[in-house]
Amino acid sequence: MTDIRVKQGGTTPLEPSAASRSARQSIADRPRYDCRNAYVETLAELAHENHRIVGVVNDSVGSSKLDAFKRAFPDRLINVGIAEQDMVGVATGLANGGRIAFVSAASCFLTARALEQIKADVAYSNRNVKLCGMSPGMAYGELGPTHHSIEDIAWLRAIDNMTIVVPADPIETAAAMRWAAAVEGPVFIRVSRMSVPEVYPEDYAFVPGRAVTLRDGDDVTLISNGTVLWRTLVAAEQLADDGISARVISMPTVKPLDTEAVVRAARETRGIVTAEEATVGGALGGAVAETVVQNHPTKMRILGVPEFAPTGSAGFLLDRYGMSPEGIAAAARKLIT
Amino acid sequence: MQKTSDAAELAAIAKRMRGTAIQMITEAGSGHPGGSLSAADIVVTLFFDVMRHDPENPHWPDRDRFILSKGHIAGALYVTLAAYGFIPVEDLATFLKPLSKLNGHPNRNYVRGVEANTGPLGHGLPIAVGHALSAKLDVSQRRTYVLVGDGELQEGSNWEAMMAGSQYELDRLTVIVDRNRLQQGATVRETNDLEPLDQKAAAFGFAVVEVNGHDHGELLDVLSAVPYRPGKPTFVIAHTHKGHPISFMSNNTAWHHKVPTAEQLELALDELKAGAA
Repeated sequence: MTDIRVKQGGTTPLEPSAASRSARQSIADRPRYDCRNAYVETLAELAHENHRIVGVVNDSVGSSKLDAFKRAFPDRLINVGIAEQDMVGVATGLANGGRIAFVSAASCFLTARALEQIKADVAYSNRNVKLCGMSPGMAYGELGPTHHSIEDIAWLRAIDNMTIVVPADPIETAAAMRWAAAVEGPVFIRVSRMSVPEVYPEDYAFVPGRAVTLRDGDDVTLISNGTVLWRTLVAAEQLADDGISARVISMPTVKPLDTEAVVRAARETRGIVTAEEATVGGALGGAVAETVVQNHPTKMRILGVPEFAPTGSAGFLLDRYGMSPEGIAAAARKLIT
Repeated sequence: MQKTSDAAELAAIAKRMRGTAIQMITEAGSGHPGGSLSAADIVVTLFFDVMRHDPENPHWPDRDRFILSKGHIAGALYVTLAAYGFIPVEDLATFLKPLSKLNGHPNRNYVRGVEANTGPLGHGLPIAVGHALSAKLDVSQRRTYVLVGDGELQEGSNWEAMMAGSQYELDRLTVIVDRNRLQQGATVRETNDLEPLDQKAAAFGFAVVEVNGHDHGELLDVLSAVPYRPGKPTFVIAHTHKGHPISFMSNNTAWHHKVPTAEQLELALDELKAGAA
């Protein structure tokens, strides 16, 4: 059983059971899952429950794994073809007619090609559109920087009235989608392709804007989300072996950010390392840094992707940019010594 | 405000709308008079006759939708919304003033009757396609009208949306082009020509109709006749003159977003009063 309590200030600690579980078996050894499967299963469930739910795609039926959805709801999967601006505009128009559009498209094309539609049609117009950035970050590792989506979070974070969720595992992906379907207004959800172990208990309740303390500690804080989160948990295990007590904060909502959890970490530990499958400029690391510097300046290290990356698998590239568990642990050690 | 199918009455309403729009732009010291005047007859015909909607119940789900894609003529839309009862007439005095709801481009969250926050060009047509799709999914007879500028059709997103509108056989979708042949600083032809526009639209699967965009009778006939061809969305090329019917503004690129002087305002209002139409 997992003990979920609401701590002062609102973070939801999963201690001590997550820690005791990791003591028995490292999270790195758990089975891995493609979050897209949770995505399509949840979307189908939502569509069964609510006739207003529709899917909108830019030919991305296969890459979004929506073939079964298309068979179940042939009229409710709108495929506008390879036309991202139209895709987001159409989703906005569907919202005008009372539908709840889940736009599913590779995050690199969805956010870059349709950025103005996301800004004006969805966010500024306050439309009930759910933007699902599929295969984000380095997921298309070998395909190169045109297909890497490291900028999506920074771009969308600059837009007012946009909630940004970066789930870390299938459970959080499903939970975030259920929340997004129930709430009126724009939401951007990243749906990972690179397989990840489950980091949350099955009954995990996603709370928007709320950080989750997965592991308590008072020497250093590791803040992460998405596919990198489990790596920070392993890093914390490694740091513990060295006698360093690392706090691991999951930050699924990049916007609005749980600033209280960040300020508390800045105050209670000796430094903060952020790690994410995104650019080092303006994503989670940037958001945390903005909060830290204005509230309780402390030492920070922002791990992410700093450049147009060379060829390599997503895992290889994350390791290369210091986001292997060992790399994250090394960054934390260096920060506080 | 009552609906009317009388072309002369619509012309009289449009004349009043034009006067108010020019006055508003002059007082605000900013705005887009040229395009506001070219589109006035189209907007008035839609609001005062063609569309099924209710200012008392602006969110009625089965209302017809009007999407102003050329959002920079927000002034003309506000004047019409006020005349038709969606917004208080007094609000017009706040046009472009600090903290006014009446921004230079319309905002659906603050202005009743506005369906989409437009401004950047090439956004309205995709939104209209999405709405027409929602109507089709709902098996509703509600119609979608979107007004685009001709220069605006240089944005590729319009053509993406036209392909989708045709693919989904959205025959209750009507695209109206305010074909005034001028864009910001030059003619459309000199800039990036659209011709043969009728053939292009037809090739994209639309039923194409051409009308005199200042003739309320013609506009009424065409805009009420949707679907013009079953299974096909309609593309209405409404031939207009930017700045119409003010002698010194008409067909003059300079008036895209020029503000009249007090003297020019008087002159324009006198011309309208004298019956130019």
